[in-house]
Amino acid sequence: MEKLQQIQGVAAPLPRANIDTDIITPMKYLTSANSKDIHEHTFEPLRFLSDGRENPDFILNKPGYRDSVFLIAGRNFGCGSSRETAVWGIRGLGIRCVIAESFGDIFFNNCFQNSVLPIRLPAATVAELMAEASDDQGNMQFQLDVASRTLTTPSGRTITFDITPDRQTSLLEGLDDVGQTMKEDAATTAFQGKDRTERPWIYDLGTID
Amino acid sequence: MTQGKTLFDKIWGSHVVRSLGENLDLLHVDRLLIHDLSGSRALMDLKERGLSVRNPELCLSMPDHSVSSLPGRTLASSPDGVRLGNALRDMSAAAGIPHYGIDHPNQGIVHVVGPEIGFTLPGCLLVCGDSHTSTHGAMGALAWGIGSSELVHVLATQTIRQRRPGTMRITIDGDLGEGVEAKDVILHIIGHLGVAAGIGHAIEYAGSTIRGMSIEERLTICNLSIEFGARMGMVAPDETTYAYIKELPLAPKGEAWEAALAYWRGLPTDEDAVFDREVSFDAADMAPQITWGTSPGQTVAVNATIPAPDSFVEAELQGNAETALEYMGLTPGETIAGTKVDRVFIGSCTNSRLSDLRRAAAVAQGRQVAANVTAWVVPGSVQVKTEAEAEGLHEIFLAAGFEWREPGCSQCVATNGETVAPGERCISTSNRNFVGRQGPKARTHLAGPAMAVAAAIAGEITDVRELAPIELEGNT
Repeated sequence: MEKLQQIQGVAAPLPRANIDTDIITPMKYLTSANSKDIHEHTFEPLRFLSDGRENPDFILNKPGYRDSVFLIAGRNFGCGSSRETAVWGIRGLGIRCVIAESFGDIFFNNCFQNSVLPIRLPAATVAELMAEASDDQGNMQFQLDVASRTLTTPSGRTITFDITPDRQTSLLEGLDDVGQTMKEDAATTAFQGKDRTERPWIYDLGTID
Repeated sequence: MTQGKTLFDKIWGSHVVRSLGENLDLLHVDRLLIHDLSGSRALMDLKERGLSVRNPELCLSMPDHSVSSLPGRTLASSPDGVRLGNALRDMSAAAGIPHYGIDHPNQGIVHVVGPEIGFTLPGCLLVCGDSHTSTHGAMGALAWGIGSSELVHVLATQTIRQRRPGTMRITIDGDLGEGVEAKDVILHIIGHLGVAAGIGHAIEYAGSTIRGMSIEERLTICNLSIEFGARMGMVAPDETTYAYIKELPLAPKGEAWEAALAYWRGLPTDEDAVFDREVSFDAADMAPQITWGTSPGQTVAVNATIPAPDSFVEAELQGNAETALEYMGLTPGETIAGTKVDRVFIGSCTNSRLSDLRRAAAVAQGRQVAANVTAWVVPGSVQVKTEAEAEGLHEIFLAAGFEWREPGCSQCVATNGETVAPGERCISTSNRNFVGRQGPKARTHLAGPAMAVAAAIAGEITDVRELAPIELEGNT
């Protein structure tokens, strides 16, 4: 996984609650989606008009926000399905950090698998950040420092966010969960050996002809 | 004395392979379900990384998302069926994973098949690359949906790294009124709690209403847990559960059954256990529901009016309601009953089991689908379809003007090409009314099977309790 240590850039405010995974990755791309080009369709119902042209009102289509690296969203962002294409698409658009009051749980987890940092902040703070992000006078640069768990706003305000130590380390060092767990496979073998005597029915499934 | 434990605590605790830090555990995965959409991709990723499936015997794969529901279908009947179906079949075979292909007598939607064959058992930990995996919690299992990276992790290690969620008990007591189904119960709950209320929590559904429900009704309840943000929803196993499981093909037999039963009886939440959050509902307050918006929480009783955006206190919810009403083409203040419909879809992992089809058929019997409505019944599995046909339910549906189709996810998610046309209004027994869920610009109203049939018959949203009575042959 790619490391995420420090980033700096514009933050796009998307003040709408419950943006679901069907909006982020419309169903018609699910069967063919791959991590390289799914972002071409990300947010399609909001980002494009019915004739296929860009919707000029959508924040990521506006001048100044096209290269956003932060997204500040309404609550329960990424609710809905488990499709990881939602994170791939956001990442493909260049977003590395999503800030919201709350997230869909599966989306939240999927972010950490793809070097995207989701940050939960109180509703009032999210609203203040959106206001700063909407101010197109002068400096619009936000800064993220994963090591110090800080977000710095254009006005110079510093906000500390929560992240569990394991996730912080994984982002900073670009660690891969599968590789980590495989190193400790003996623990799983030991668990299964003991569990097999306690719950044999889990391991000896019947069959269907 | 130690504090009592919840059902959730007991199952979680019995699956810890090792602790990885505060609130973070490596858990053993007892059961992995794999489908054609996320499964084929994960198996391919695994292969590209040079890894193998650690415990293929604990996995089960089948195509459901991409397969056509057309009568007489083959994999070639849907746009991606051949590519995804064959990929899943071939990669499952190479890995040694049992596979129920499109012609197998147990093919179906993973969340319908797992419980009905005894793959899902009380006390087991089950995951699947699909958010509606919470369904399996109805069997007294701990089950949740995972992303494709997590799926690769499970395939390679038979474990999952998971942060322990909080616990929340939703207690529902009392008798349900006439015409109120399990689907109405859970929509009512989501409407009251809001779609983000369950985030970070494992839900246990309890109370006399839940205890009185069949396993199939509990599956419907647990299925929609994710629609208020909870990855896991569960019901403690009881005599209803054991009676359901006893003769299933993959369930333990003989001495193993007795041992399992003794173990399962220890799983229900202890009386002195404490939940992080408790909510309760009175079944008597519940009415048949119909959603009016583009989020499952945007629901009303069928005899209510469409809410005005300014009836919501928070600005964010007002904005959401405005956008939703515009998308849905609805006017606030009007009754939702009487809204014309174009399509009816009875199916999905929420409501496609035999008892759902029985209730639907009971309403359809002797009546006719309105001329302007296209109505589908898509059984959840080949087994459901076979059993329904043995009872003659298909004949009731066909005589009433419904299409009787082949098992799969079909129009719930429309990844198989079975979309609702732009602007069309569909009453659907599925789980999501999101923008574009059933097709670009499709308008989805969620409801239970009886309400869906009532809408098909009347050609408009209708209170099933107010359908004109009919004279059935043989009745005097």
